[in-house]
Amino acid sequence: MGEELVIAIYLLVLAAIAGYEVITKVPPILHTPLMSGTNAISGVVVIGALLVTLSNEPGLVQGLGFLAIILATINVVGGFLVTDRMLGMFKRREGDKR
Amino acid sequence: MISEVIWVEAIYIVAAVLFLLGIKRLGSPATARSGIIMAAIGALLAIGSTFFYAGNLNYVVIVLALAIGSLIGAVWAYKVPMTAMPQTVALFNGFGGGASALIAIAEYLRVRMAGLPFDPYSALSIGFGGAVGALTFSGSVIAFAKLQELMDGRPAVYKYQNETNMIMMAATVILWIAMAFYPSPWVFTLVMLLPFIVGVTGVIRIGGADMPVVISLLNSFSGVAMAGAGFIIHNSILIVAGATVGASGLILTEIMARAMNRTLGNILFSAFGSEVAAVGQAQEKAVRSVTPEEAAMVLAYAQSVIVVPGYGLAVAQAQHDLAELGALLEKRGISVKYAIHPVAGRMPGHMNVLLAEANVPYDKLYDLDEINHEFERTDVVIVIGANDVVNPDARTNPDSPLYGMPILDADKAKSVLVLKRSMNPGFSGVDNPLFYLEKTMMLFGDAKKSVVALVNEIKNL
Repeated sequence: MGEELVIAIYLLVLAAIAGYEVITKVPPILHTPLMSGTNAISGVVVIGALLVTLSNEPGLVQGLGFLAIILATINVVGGFLVTDRMLGMFKRREGDKR
Repeated sequence: MISEVIWVEAIYIVAAVLFLLGIKRLGSPATARSGIIMAAIGALLAIGSTFFYAGNLNYVVIVLALAIGSLIGAVWAYKVPMTAMPQTVALFNGFGGGASALIAIAEYLRVRMAGLPFDPYSALSIGFGGAVGALTFSGSVIAFAKLQELMDGRPAVYKYQNETNMIMMAATVILWIAMAFYPSPWVFTLVMLLPFIVGVTGVIRIGGADMPVVISLLNSFSGVAMAGAGFIIHNSILIVAGATVGASGLILTEIMARAMNRTLGNILFSAFGSEVAAVGQAQEKAVRSVTPEEAAMVLAYAQSVIVVPGYGLAVAQAQHDLAELGALLEKRGISVKYAIHPVAGRMPGHMNVLLAEANVPYDKLYDLDEINHEFERTDVVIVIGANDVVNPDARTNPDSPLYGMPILDADKAKSVLVLKRSMNPGFSGVDNPLFYLEKTMMLFGDAKKSVVALVNEIKNL
């Protein structure tokens, strides 16, 4: 348990630093897509929801898993699609595709 | 079995790399779309590998839930208008937080119903994920309701609001620590219920103009809640992605707070904008009101124009007409640029998205720092639906509540055209001396109608 916790904290700290580095370079013009994009990434929490929805668990636990999967899937699918839709509108010149 | 675990972990590493590279590509509008596709592939790989390799999943329930969620998410993403983007992001955010909270509850019940003991590590991680998830969920839903105007957008304030919120948060921390030793159902319930209440009572006192900060903060919380869920179920990709999202939200929060020259604490606790009556009814000073015809003349014979958009542009849905006006002026050989204040609108980058939707090329959009020195060389500034971000008091009047906030120096241009519904003060309730300058023309009315009128007048010249 101790070792696992240490590794988990390692991951947390390193990912936060790496995230901080790449995100500070995103220009203000793209702050909305950055936010909705990272928001979509946070929908990956659906993995956690999958892993509690085991067939040998009581119905109540599975029911909560079911709800959690729906919420997280809306977050991840909706988030990525709406970000892509938004970015499709950013054009350098008039009439430019993309 | 061992090899399958290794496969899943290997795919998680690939997914984590794709997330970071994807965000890195958001560094430029030219590569941003490919970046978001990379991140989406990362998400798909991570979810897919879990789906196929984790044993013993209840596939019937899972596939049904995935199908329902995907359908709702996809329809939503395609139907929602761009003007509703802030509340959409807020709500999606809340869903992510809600999912983390539900995972915490499910895990708690699983251990308890199986009659297993809680070790301090799992009790603390369940409490953490549950608390942050519940706070993110309720806070985001309130933010959504305010932005969607299901609730009054003004701060809802009552006596001892900050104090009771503080006490509830402190109690949550104490109870959370207690969970390590007494993981009883009522302790766990309170650890989730108190932050849930604080999410409501804390966000109802936030006014519309402060929303960019709160949405950024909730975005960060959803990442933290996700990392919490990662600790609960010992899942590396949730921890990595959660930390990244948490950092992202925090950076945006900081940028937004800096753009208002206020601390995060001040934004969360001061209920800015609730005292409109006190400062709003300023002295009766003369303003110069113009007709669309007069304004069109000034614009048509200018050489350079800078447009300063604000939330009013989104409310009036005037972005397409504004873009048409800009194109029309350019056709006459006039230089047209757009100056975007970091906190214009209701979320970071809100105005950029609206103008992009209206086909305004992004190389005509300028940040505060890039464009502020150009105002003094500019013939006409069009202020449309913006107010506080061009209030010169922020620069010159130490008594103003806005003093110290970096503003767009619209008042330095040769003339200023303000499109405004009425003389009511802006969100902050602070009077704006810009409107009373001799060089300022006020064109009153709905922003969309005014812009359309300007377009018609210029066409007829």
